[in-house]
Amino acid sequence: MTRAVWRFGGLAVGGVVLLIAQPLNRLSAQDTTAGKVVYTKWCAGCHGDNGGGDGAGARHMIPPPRDFTVGLYQIRSTPSGQLPTDADVLRSIDEGLPGTAMPGWKSRLSDRQRRDVLAYIKTFSTFFADTTQRPQPITFGSAPSGGTGAEALKVGRQFYDSIGCRKCHGDQGRGDGPSAPTLKDDAGHPIFAANLHENWRFNGGGTVEDIYHRLRTGLDGTPMPSFSDLIENKFLTDEQLWRVAQYVRSLSPKDPPVVRDVVHAPLTKTLPHAPADSAWTSVDVYWFPLVGQIVRKERWFAAAVTGVWVQAVHTADSIALRVAWDDRSQSPDTAWLTHVGRVFAALASDDSTREQPAPWPDQLTVQFPVAIPSGMERPYFLMGSGSAPVYQWRWTSTARTAAVAGLARGIDRFDPLSGGGPAAQAMYDHGQWRVVFTRALASTDTASQLPFRTGRAIPVAFFASDGSNGEHGTRMAVSTWYFLALDEPVPARVFISPVLAMMLTLGLGMLVVWRAQQKTSSRRQQ
Amino acid sequence: MKVRIFSVVGGMLLLTACSKGNQSSGAPAAAAPPAAAPAAPAANSAAGGTITGKIKFTGTAPRNKAIDMSEEATCKAKYKTPPTEETVVSGPANALANVFVYVKAGVPAGQKFTAPTTAVVLDQNGCRYHPHVLGIMVGQPLEILNTDPLLHNIKAVAKSNRPFNVSQPSAGMKTTRTFTAPEVMVNLECNVHSWMHAYAGVRPDPFFAVSKDDGSFTISGLPPGTYTIEAWHEKFGTQTATVTIAGTESKTQNFTFAAR
Repeated sequence: MTRAVWRFGGLAVGGVVLLIAQPLNRLSAQDTTAGKVVYTKWCAGCHGDNGGGDGAGARHMIPPPRDFTVGLYQIRSTPSGQLPTDADVLRSIDEGLPGTAMPGWKSRLSDRQRRDVLAYIKTFSTFFADTTQRPQPITFGSAPSGGTGAEALKVGRQFYDSIGCRKCHGDQGRGDGPSAPTLKDDAGHPIFAANLHENWRFNGGGTVEDIYHRLRTGLDGTPMPSFSDLIENKFLTDEQLWRVAQYVRSLSPKDPPVVRDVVHAPLTKTLPHAPADSAWTSVDVYWFPLVGQIVRKERWFAAAVTGVWVQAVHTADSIALRVAWDDRSQSPDTAWLTHVGRVFAALASDDSTREQPAPWPDQLTVQFPVAIPSGMERPYFLMGSGSAPVYQWRWTSTARTAAVAGLARGIDRFDPLSGGGPAAQAMYDHGQWRVVFTRALASTDTASQLPFRTGRAIPVAFFASDGSNGEHGTRMAVSTWYFLALDEPVPARVFISPVLAMMLTLGLGMLVVWRAQQKTSSRRQQ
Repeated sequence: MKVRIFSVVGGMLLLTACSKGNQSSGAPAAAAPPAAAPAAPAANSAAGGTITGKIKFTGTAPRNKAIDMSEEATCKAKYKTPPTEETVVSGPANALANVFVYVKAGVPAGQKFTAPTTAVVLDQNGCRYHPHVLGIMVGQPLEILNTDPLLHNIKAVAKSNRPFNVSQPSAGMKTTRTFTAPEVMVNLECNVHSWMHAYAGVRPDPFFAVSKDDGSFTISGLPPGTYTIEAWHEKFGTQTATVTIAGTESKTQNFTFAAR
């Protein structure tokens, strides 16, 4: 009884205290307490208990989780050096940061929870408590019209060059500029210049507006500077900076690529052997995402190749497969060794001894089963197994115009096959590899070398390594199984039967009409 | 009685100081030690003690890394001999330049100094920073100038100050920034040219200097007191010394670093 009274009394006192406290610190005390609960449950695993960006998951991430203690935020509406607004941070919480491990929380947490965790995150840095550090958002205006027109894009390209974007992002925007190998963030972590052909991976969003905002604010804590001063210095106009944003946007496809499971290889008269053969421009392109290999030791959490673009054609007796992928370096390249060292230092390793950076080559592997499976069962996607090997084509940048065919029996066993490997031709152009593999459809050794057949779904998978990112051996990017289908030649009867049917119908119709006319005329005569 | 007189004098001085707002650099403390109070009029900034010295190092200086400027022909053309980084800049007889010397402790905490309105200029010329090491007061403008006809981005990497990162793609561009908190050192760097580094020592008072090519430095206008002086070098680390200043005397304090 007394206990109940005490409890009630305590509640009442607590309630009064809360009521009084409420107007005094509307946002801080209460919200941060609730925010801490949310933070500890959902955020601390990566961002760390004390917000230092050092949670258990942090050592498996490049870029690493945000360190809230330094109060530095990439995605802001404020000038370089200023704190973000609450709305800026909330946007990153809501939408996540594309191209990083940070997911969006809008569908997972309530509005209240996200606001509370925002308030709590701000307590990690003293800058937010400093009243002299008031963020002043930039007034951005809106994009000038005609942004997809040739004239606008020409202006955008002109300023892309003159303001030096190409120094890091490269001449064609694939993040392969001369300064790209040296880039690091404020904490010394390795950082890639964004590949401007993948706007769906831009941390702050991929619209023209998002790009323009990043140009104005810069990405604080990274090498990406603010270009606002250029307008003040009359180096360019606001409109011209918008044109740069529109040009950058134009480098990516209209919509992010969608995975279509089956690569259709049409039948052609001749086989395009060269990667730059104009015949490839009229062949359908299929995109497949790649992710780090994290199943087997050594695991790899920092895969540089994010996906492959695949095309295929075949003739009556041969197949050509073109695989293109963006890669910032033509490995081996010693200019990237410092970067490799930074990558190794940033990631936790499965290794007992940390590896020394070395100039490894780039690699691409195309994988098929040994024979086309009759049912849905396929060998293990990650390079088969001892009992169920897979048939692979392995291409290496150090032996450009050759590919080795062989059988993989698990991730660490590869037995090259003698003879019958595919021919390969490769080119590296401004941050992109294009490799064309060609082979006869039939194979002399049907037990281990897949014979290609039309009209069947042939499982296919891809593996890629960027040597200049420290990738070799099991450290690579992998895909799951997809399919390749060689379209069958359309038999002549498919074209002839409709014509015959039409002619027959026409003839019959004319006969009916003729008969009817005959009858009518004979009746009149009567 | 004595105590009362002192408190009256002290109070008046305090009032004067307050009414004048923040005095220009070097103004002695209003609430300075009693002995100095009658002798030192508040506005006398030129007076005070001076610390001079020479900075040397022992051992062999490491070789500065050569800079590969092949990407930037216009920068490369500005050098007769292949340029190197400026990690260790030394003069004759092992004199050490680019050492930031400052009063780390001893200036009364409550004492405020107004930052000069004249800017400290940091020039980007020949794809290197000039000067390589600089001292600046909190609130004093830092004018960042690009003399090179190519893109530099100037990034401040700081902990107590807000970092910034702005681009300057052409010759003649100017950007002015200020620092809001003392910090030794704020790192300035260019990400386009990974060899470009400069260091700014940000202080709340004007008692700092950067050693010249002959290793010499001078800190002047110090009010009487006992100070901890720190000498900072980007490669050789820091050294400290304690110096007591009474009146307008000049004291010598040399520092010797061990090359590493």
